[in-house]
Parts: sequence; structure tokens; C-alpha cells
Amino acid sequence: MNIMLLMQAKPDWQVLAQDAARLLMPEMLVVLFACFVLVLEFMLTPEQRRWAAYLSLAGLGAAGLSLALMFATFTTAEVGFYEMYVVDEFALVFKVIFLLAAIFTIALSIKFLDVENEQRGEYYSLILFATAGMMFMASGADLLSIFISFELMALTTYILVAYLKRDRRSNEAAMKYFLLGIFSSGIFLYGMSLIYGLTAETNLTKIADALARLARQQAPQATGFVAMAGMIFIAAAMFFKIAAVPFHMWCPDAYEGAPTSVTAFMSVGPKAAAFAIFARIFIDGLPSLRGDLAGGSFGWVGLLAIVSALTMTWGNIAALTQSSAKRLMAYSSISHAGYLLLGLIAGNETGYIGLVIYLFVYVFMNLGAWGVIVAQRRATILGERVDDFNGLIHRSPGMAVMMTIFLLSLTGIPPTAGFVGKYFLFAGLIETGNAWLIALCVLAVINTAISLYYYARFIKAMFMSDVKEEEPLALSTSLQATLVTATVMVLAVGVYPKPFIAFTESAARHLLGL
Amino acid sequence: MNEQILAQYHILTIVTWLPAVGAIILLFFDKQRKAGIRLFANLWAVLCLIPALLLVTYDREMGGIQFIEDLNWIPQIGARYQLGVDGISVVLIILTALIGVIAIYCSWDYIQDRVKEYYILLLLLQTGILGVFASMDMFLFYVFWEVMLVPMYFIIGVWGSENRLYAAIKFFLYTLVGSVVMLLAILKLYFIFPEYLSQHPQRVEILRSVTAAAQMISGQNESMLQMIQFAIDRAANGLPTFNIMAMQALGTARLDGHPVIPLDLQIWLFAGFFLSFAIKVPMFPFHTWLPDAHTEAPTAGSVILAGILLKLGTYGFVRFNLPILPDASKDPRVIQVMVFLAIMGIVYGALVAMAQRDWKRLVAYSSVSHMGMIMLGIFALNENALNGAVLQMLNHGISTSALFLIVGVVYERRHTRLIADYSGLSHVMPGFAAVFMIMTMSSIGLPMLNGFIGEFLILRGVFEENKLWAAFAATGIVLGAGYMLWLYQRTMFGQVTHEANKKLPDLYKREWAYFLPLVFLAFWIGLYPKPVLSYFSRSVEVIVQQVRPGYAGKELPIRAEGSSRRRAVRIAERSDSPDERNALGTRSSR
Repeated sequence: MNIMLLMQAKPDWQVLAQDAARLLMPEMLVVLFACFVLVLEFMLTPEQRRWAAYLSLAGLGAAGLSLALMFATFTTAEVGFYEMYVVDEFALVFKVIFLLAAIFTIALSIKFLDVENEQRGEYYSLILFATAGMMFMASGADLLSIFISFELMALTTYILVAYLKRDRRSNEAAMKYFLLGIFSSGIFLYGMSLIYGLTAETNLTKIADALARLARQQAPQATGFVAMAGMIFIAAAMFFKIAAVPFHMWCPDAYEGAPTSVTAFMSVGPKAAAFAIFARIFIDGLPSLRGDLAGGSFGWVGLLAIVSALTMTWGNIAALTQSSAKRLMAYSSISHAGYLLLGLIAGNETGYIGLVIYLFVYVFMNLGAWGVIVAQRRATILGERVDDFNGLIHRSPGMAVMMTIFLLSLTGIPPTAGFVGKYFLFAGLIETGNAWLIALCVLAVINTAISLYYYARFIKAMFMSDVKEEEPLALSTSLQATLVTATVMVLAVGVYPKPFIAFTESAARHLLGL
Repeated sequence: MNEQILAQYHILTIVTWLPAVGAIILLFFDKQRKAGIRLFANLWAVLCLIPALLLVTYDREMGGIQFIEDLNWIPQIGARYQLGVDGISVVLIILTALIGVIAIYCSWDYIQDRVKEYYILLLLLQTGILGVFASMDMFLFYVFWEVMLVPMYFIIGVWGSENRLYAAIKFFLYTLVGSVVMLLAILKLYFIFPEYLSQHPQRVEILRSVTAAAQMISGQNESMLQMIQFAIDRAANGLPTFNIMAMQALGTARLDGHPVIPLDLQIWLFAGFFLSFAIKVPMFPFHTWLPDAHTEAPTAGSVILAGILLKLGTYGFVRFNLPILPDASKDPRVIQVMVFLAIMGIVYGALVAMAQRDWKRLVAYSSVSHMGMIMLGIFALNENALNGAVLQMLNHGISTSALFLIVGVVYERRHTRLIADYSGLSHVMPGFAAVFMIMTMSSIGLPMLNGFIGEFLILRGVFEENKLWAAFAATGIVLGAGYMLWLYQRTMFGQVTHEANKKLPDLYKREWAYFLPLVFLAFWIGLYPKPVLSYFSRSVEVIVQQVRPGYAGKELPIRAEGSSRRRAVRIAERSDSPDERNALGTRSSR
């Protein structure tokens, strides 16, 4: 902490109150509504429980409005809370992503929880708390604030995974996820402590300065080693959160066991949040450890390149043989983490745009696909196998067509949003002109083709197989509205990406320090 | 001028998107009203043919890219909605629209379930293909290139025969692998273009050279030059572009006698484009998706696959590989590989076709052989061969579509494709036998029919380059005559052995209606190809000039042993690149 700031003339509460009003409006609204929903829960009769969902949606909407206001009045990055918290375009864009993910998830959940007979306010409250955690993460400018908000998000997700408390799979998944999760948090802290020990700073920009200074001054080898170890520990924790190989083991189990609506949320929200702090810590805090593939000096770019290659390849290959739709989509989400790392590896504007826009469109295409899986869950049918999609085109043609669009977008076939995202990620690598990175890019495009095979299994089941059972899908107005919105967005970004690129460009610029 | 008036009315946008509009209108039809859907789809396909036919007003004297449309699309990356056609695209677009009508019409009885989806997908497929031929922006080209895979996948996978699922995913995967690799090559070109024009130490010279190349490509065509100049000006300020013609100018440009894009980079890029186009053509050994896809697809699917989709591959070589990467295209190593694969395709395709028991599979393998011939024509890199190759693209579109329709006719009546199940059909179906005879002859290359003109031009061009290649190519024709005539003999002549075959009805009026235009075209191109050739001969001439500057194909004698060496020496003296000298030296001495 900066002593000078603490000794400022203004009393603490005044500074904090000002900062909160200036910077924290959306988060405060989300937290407020989360508490409110939790209390409301006790006043509602079982028939009225759905009001908790509507209230949460209202809360997210209010937060969205306040966020829009911040966007409209945004001029320059603002720092508050003794440099722990920063509101810049990068943070704002990510907060939009989180709010969208939360809104979509709640809309998908309402009917699903009815079917599971677990319609409760605490579910929505937990989602709101997780969302607040993610929003704080995007704004974290200090290792401490990042870690605390990271834990807020992680703890709520552990509970959400275990939400179906009468379901053994849900409990098992939560236990696995929790044990591995806290382990990775420990590693994260350990990495932070090494960096702090070396630089005596927790603020990211100051860490960057201190590391650069150390590299110039004394015994670069010894400090270099410690810094490198700290970086690797932090990276390991990040790899765990984004489910990158070899830290991905929890992902298929947790995704399969968790309630499908929670899985949908986890595959989008916390993943995007992890990428936000990943980019923030590594690009703002540890730029001097970046390393260089061309010159041969090892750093995080090399580490990320190896992990990315492993992640996308293993994710895709493992997905090929899955028969459970949820496990298949879990491996698909692992491979997508591999693609997303490409944006950080490229390290140029194109690559960063790719990272942000891919996370943005991933909300629509992945939540859309998960939404269709959620709709398969009926009173007597789990609907979690790829076979359960058989003949969907005859039962519910609209769902089948929308699912096809989401899957083609996940593959990256134009004119869908997924193609725009992949275009930027690949273009970023090609732009560097580095032979290794171009080789990585070739691997990535080959993986794209592999991924088509397992996505096409859904399409095959939906369009080219005979109907297995006739029971109608569990459709609700909110679910259908969500899916239609997601479809429209996937196609809109794909056909006319201009405004969406402009939206993410500002966030990418920030990462470049422009 | 006609061309400008039509461009004002966005003729290419109409040609490209009209089928998709039809697909959207079809969405609102009740799916139980099959007759109404059918009628609408057929009428709409005919309607789509009309604007395509208006493209015959293409100015053949001026040449170059015409009917240009240019709109800003994604300014951040410099992708534009640019449409334009040269002579080669004009004929291919008209072919596509025509085959589209025929493919939709021939499905009238064959497709009975999920009619609505079927026609929607066919119409979307048309838009995808037409868009590829009309795009002048690589990004747009790529979008169309991939978009058309999806409807084709569904057409094979839903309406195909027994093994359709396997064939459909195989088709999709193969072509997707190729196209994503092409995307990387496109991206590389996209990034180096502004780099050369704005950051290179010799950028002023490069700029001058690229501008000169743009003027050479454009010739008299002012609007085309404007389009290229716009892209060049942007690049000079460091802004990237996807314009295909500007890339061609860059590829053609020289710097102190060397290509601006260094040869080894050109070869890498060539490999990227090659993979995509070679899978599409398909060249040996990337052809394995083809027999499956063609055999399993419904008749209309096979007709579109064979008639048009394969031409996208050869079109890609002519539009991208040759003019953008001329030095790689004429590199002796590359030529050796390409010619070897082409000849392998010709001979292997023909031999395998001969061994088929399945009628449709035989026709499918014959496509491998014929497409090999077209590839050989392209990589002979002279005007005769290239003119022949483009003409042969049309011819193959006509004759192979007809052959697949012929298989479709008997399959609809008997539901078997095995050749052994048929014999003596000429006794029961004389009209059918006559059409089949004409199309067999067209496929073999009998004089007076279209196949002859194309194959003659290709062989003549190839012979100028290397007699051994020509000899191999001629073997392919002989083998082609072998398997086609044998097929004809087995199915049409002899006694009617199967009881079921004795009562087969001859061609219905509807079937005559789609065969007659094809028969007419086969005779027309066979007897008087000049009007068709005149559309693309100017474009072909420019492409040959881009690949081999100073090449003067027209003045050369057709035969004489020494002449090819003499010409090679003459070109080598004139040409300024040592690589090219090597290329021609090795090739003429062989």
C-alpha cells in the first residue's frame, strides 16, 4: 500500500464513498439485488418463487443501465480505492460480457429449475454474487483485489455446482471442483507471494515497473528465477480456471455433474473472467517476463504457446469419442480455451481484439448451445446424451436450426460470429510473422476442422437420425427468447461485425497500452 | 454502355442473392403443400437464370473485371463487399444458374419428403456458389466458399442413399481442412501487401511496379483500374486490403527483375491455396471424398457437385495461384508436382472408373480423370491450354451433369445403380439411349461435340510444352473412351435380361426438358465454340501474361521438335528471372 495515499488529508470513508459512487455503481446494484433476492426467498410461497428470478433479472438490468451510463460518459481510465480498482474500457467491455452471461443463464434456468424441482431464490442470488465477483475481477488492478474477487466468484460457483443437493453426481462434481479449485487458489497465492517478495508491490503497474528495474539492476539471474517461478505459479492457477491442459481434469466431471444451467454459466462467465485477469496480470503486471519466441528467450509467451497447442489438440481429440452431450461440450470448451490463449500469445492489437471479441461471441454461441441442451431436460428424461437430440428437426424445427447455427459458429464457419472471432485470433498470429506462431496457427486451423466432426454429430443426430422419443421439449418463453436473441446476435456479428469490432477494439487497445 | 447500366442496377448482387431471397420466401410456405413449394422453387430458379443471362452483355473487347460493385463492409480490417466478373466468371456463373435450374427441376419426383428444406438448401447453395464466382474481395470469397459447404452437407446427409452420413461428413471435413489452410494463406497475403507498399525500404519502386502491373492487368478497363488503385493507395498508407486484383498486381510486380513476393514465400502460399483448391477439384490423392459424395448424394446434389462445385477448385487455381503467385506457379518443382498429380489423376481416375460396378461411381471417377485433364491444361501455362481448360470446365459441367442425370433417370425407375442390373436398355428406352449416346460421346471427346474442342485445345497447349505430358493425357482420353463405351455397351446393348427392365418407360417430357438444353449446348460448343471462347480468351491472355511475361503464344508454330526449345531460349533471354530460365530450360530439355 502506498503510505502517501493513506496519509491524505481526506478521511477514509469520504474517499471510499466517493470512489464507490463513481466507480462501483453496477457492482453495488448487483450485490444489492443479490441480498434482496436472498431475503425475498423467505417471503414467497412456492408458487411465487419465480419472482426471485424476475427480480434478479431486474437487478442485472439495472446494473446494465448503470454500466451503459458509465460507457456513455467514459472519457479516460479511472482508478480508485487506493489504486486497487480501475475502471477502463477493458473492464467495461468485460462487465458487459458478464452481465449478458448472467442474464442469459437466469433466463435459461427458470424452467429448468422447475423441472428439477429446485426453484429457489438462493440459486439466483448465488448467480448474482458470482457475477459481482467477476465484475470486480475485471476491474482489479492489484493482486489483492483480484484475488478477493476471484474467490468471491469461485466460492459461489462451487456452491452452484453442488446446487442439486439430492443428486449424487452434482455433489461429486462439486467436491472434485472444490478440492482442485482451492488447491489452485493456493498455488495462485503462492505465485503472488513470490512476486510480492521480489518487488514489494501488489499493484500491477508497480510490479511491472519494479520487475523492469530489477532486471536492469542486480543479479538478474537470481531475481529472474524467482520472478519466473512466480509467473509459472500464477499461470498454473489461471490454466486451472480456464481449464487448459494439463489442468483440465476437473472440467468434464464438473460440467457433467453440475446442473446444466450452471454448467452453461460456468463455461462462459467464470471463463471470461479468468481470461480478463489472465490478460490483466500478465500484460499489465508481468510484461517483462513475456519472453520472445523469435529471439529464443523463454517467458510466458512460450509457456502459453505450448499450453495452447496441448489444450486445443487434446480438447478436440477427447471430444471426438464422447457420447454425453455435456461432456462433449466440456471438452469443446477446453479446446476453446486453447484458441483463446492464441490472442494473448499473438500480443498485437489483432490478437487482443480476437480475445475480447471471441469471449463476447462465445457468450451467445456457447450459452445458446447449452440452452438447447437445457431444453432437453424433461421430467423423466435427462436429455444429456447426443442421441437424445435424434430427430429434433421433426419435434422442434426451430430449436434444431438454432442449435445448428450455434454449432457452426463454434466451429467457425462463416457467416457466424465464431468465424469473426477465429479470424482475429488467427490473423493476430499470422501478423507476427513468426514461424513458430504460424505453425501454431496451422495447428489451430487443423483443430478447427477436427472440431467440426464432433459438432456435426449433433447435426447428424438432429437432422439425419430417426426420432427416439416424442415427448415435447421443456420450452419456456424466457428460454425461447434467449435462444432467439443468441441466434440473432450470432448471425449479426457474423454478417455485419463492424459495430462489434469497434466495441471490443477499445478494450484491446487498452491491453496494448494505447 | 450496357455494362455500366447493369452495374448501376447491381446486377451481380441480384444474380448472387436472388436464390437466397427465394429460400427466405420458401420459409413461409406450409411444409405440407409440397406441390406449391415445388412449383415455386422451379419458377424461382428460372427467374434466377434471367439476370445471369444478362451478363452476356459483358464487354469482350475491353475484358477485365466488369459489373463492379463496391461497398464498405468491415472497415476495421479493410474487407469490402466487392463484386465483379471477368470472362471466366461470366461463363461459369451462367453455367451455375443453368445447372441450378436443371438440378431443381430434376428433383421434381425424386424428392418426396422434407421437400421444403430441400429446396431452401438448394437455393442457398446456389447463392454460395454464385458468390464465390462473383467475389473480388478475398474475405468475401472465403465467406461464400465456406458457406456453400453447409447446404451441400445437408443435401448429401439428409437426402442421400444408404451410406450418406459417412459421405456427407467426409465431404465437409475434407473441404473444410482445405479451406481453413487457405484462410492462413489469405491472411499472410493480406498482411504483407501493406507491408511491402508502406514499410519496405524500396517501397517507392514497389509502388511504381505494382501500379504498372495494375495497369497491365486492367488494360482498357478504367473501372477495374480504379478499383485496384483504390486498394493500392490504401496499402501505401499502411492499410490492408483483401482485393484479389490488387494482390494479382502485387504478384505480377517486379523489383529489380525479382518478384516482389520472394519465391520461397510464394511457394508456401501456393501450398496453402493448393490444398484448398486441390481438394475441391479434386486432384489425386485428395480425391477420395469425391466418389463417396457423388455416389451417395441425390441426383441434384451430384449434378451440382460435378457440374459446378468441382469447377470452383480449378477456378481458384486460375484466379489465385496463377496470377497472384506466378513465380511459384512456374517454378519447375511446382510444375513437376502439379503435372504429376494431374496426370496421375487422369490415368488413375480412368483406370478406377473402368473397374467400377456401380454406374454412378463410374461417372464419379470419370470426373477425377477429366478434372485431371483440366489441371494439366492449367499448368501447361500457355494460352491454348488455359483456354482449353476453361472451356473444358464448361464442357465437363455439361456432360457430367448430364451423365449423372442419366444415372438418376434409371435409378428413379429401378432403384439400383449396379451396372449388372441393366442390359439392353436401348430396346426399351430408345430416346434415353440416344441422349446417353450423345453425352457419352461428349465425355469421350468426339469431334462435333463440346468435349472435343476443350480436349483438343488442352492437348495442343500441353504438346507445346512437353510431348510426354501430352502422350499421357492422350492415354487418359483413350481409357476414357474405353470405360464409357464399355459402360454403354453393357447397359444399352444386348438382350434385356432383367424382367423388371422390360417395362421401363422411356424419357418423360420433364426429363426431355432438362436433357435438351444440355444436348443443345454440347452441340453448340462442339460446332461453333467461338462465341463462348471469346468471353474468356482475353482474360486468359492476361493471366498467361502475368505468369509468363513476354510469352507470345500466338506467334508460335504448333508443331516442330526444335521450336519448343527455341521458344524457351527466346523467352529465357527476354525473361528477367533466373528461376524462370531454369524452369523453361529443364522443361524443354526433357
